[in-house]
Amino acid sequence: MILFVIFISTIVYVFSRALGYGLSFVGFALILSGIMSIGSYYYSDKLVLAMSGAKEIQKKDNPKLFNTVENLCIGAGLPEPKIYIVDDPSPNAFATGRSPNHSVVCVTQGLLDTLNQTEQEGVIAHELSHVKNYDTRLMGIVAILVGFAVIISDIFLRSLWFRGNDRENSNAQSVFLIVGIVFAILSPIAATLIQLSISRKREFLADASGALLTRYPEGLASALEKISSYPRPLKNANNATAHLFIINPFKGKEVKSWFSGLFDTHPPVKERIKILRSM
Amino acid sequence: MGLPIIIVALILLFLIFIYNSLITAKMRVGEAFSQIDVQLKRRTDLIPNLVETVKGYATHEKELFEKVTKERTALMSAKGTGEKAAANNQLSQTLRSIFAVAENYPDLKASQNFLELAEELSDTENKIAYARQFYNSSVLDFNTKIKTFPNAFFAGILNFKEAEFFETSEEEKQPVKVKF
Repeated sequence: MILFVIFISTIVYVFSRALGYGLSFVGFALILSGIMSIGSYYYSDKLVLAMSGAKEIQKKDNPKLFNTVENLCIGAGLPEPKIYIVDDPSPNAFATGRSPNHSVVCVTQGLLDTLNQTEQEGVIAHELSHVKNYDTRLMGIVAILVGFAVIISDIFLRSLWFRGNDRENSNAQSVFLIVGIVFAILSPIAATLIQLSISRKREFLADASGALLTRYPEGLASALEKISSYPRPLKNANNATAHLFIINPFKGKEVKSWFSGLFDTHPPVKERIKILRSM
Repeated sequence: MGLPIIIVALILLFLIFIYNSLITAKMRVGEAFSQIDVQLKRRTDLIPNLVETVKGYATHEKELFEKVTKERTALMSAKGTGEKAAANNQLSQTLRSIFAVAENYPDLKASQNFLELAEELSDTENKIAYARQFYNSSVLDFNTKIKTFPNAFFAGILNFKEAEFFETSEEEKQPVKVKF
């Protein structure tokens, strides 16, 4: 995360030196990105739930599930989230919400049907850990920074057209200019890669926190096995929400090259299971 | 001349920061401890219901019911952590006896009321366990904070003492003796 901020600061510095402008357009880019992201951050839970076709359930609809969630919340010291169910036979789960007080946990019907009690506990503990570690808030901030990097690169490249001849051209400025162009082209991609890397790290962290909560990592390990071996993908998943689920809802080939692995929101399932079983 | 003042100010800020962090952890430990009581009380409140339901079917087990009621009263009048813990342990044992007794009465086992109560009590036991787990996590957090490097110096000055983990008493570790 800190490296990300350093990265962003570097490109800002390079751009501003190259253009000889003040930092006002930097501020503008930050505000623009912020506005775009804050709306989605505040409504992220409603958006995701609507896009997935989830329905809220009350305690009487599924007391066992409610008790499981409630007990894990007691163990974690969290307030109780709202619980939603997606009517899809493919087992999966996600958690969203900007803080523990406004959190939501959602499971698919397939998850309830395919997994036994301990496995379900493992999955829900993982999701609650996302909430406890403020992962939604973190990814929201990261999204703002990525958007910022994209916008500012865009502004920089466009402003190159409008440079008049009446500016003093020092050698240092030209160097910064060239570096700036390279950065402007590469930084959106680099920012996205960093965002995905952060997402993968937080998944590992949620696995570990969840195992600490249940004191039984095998539950989550065997759940991940079952979920990843389910043949059909989730019906309502799309790219915008894929990173929230416990396993990437788009089923891809198991063997991935290192390069395409960089673009995964989740670490490979085999690695997650291996780490859990070695705890 | 400015430098020593800045250094002193920084140290003071650091102290404030440490103190706040330790106090927060300590408060959390206290709250976690009360949460255990919340769950224990919930169990205590379920007992009269359980006794009434079982009484309807197992009329000959009067002795057992009297025992339960007596122990429940003892628990509610217990003072101090030690007494309360002992009373709770006693109650747990007797509750297990009641459920063992229920095995002999198929009508009782089939009754909806009984099944729901059994489910609730079992869930309450889970909640008690989780509350204790959270208490221990909070204690671990607090004790670690006191003992690790920068804070260890100041914890003594600021008078923070280690908290105690929740431990199972020797009685609870014994296998359950079912007495009729």
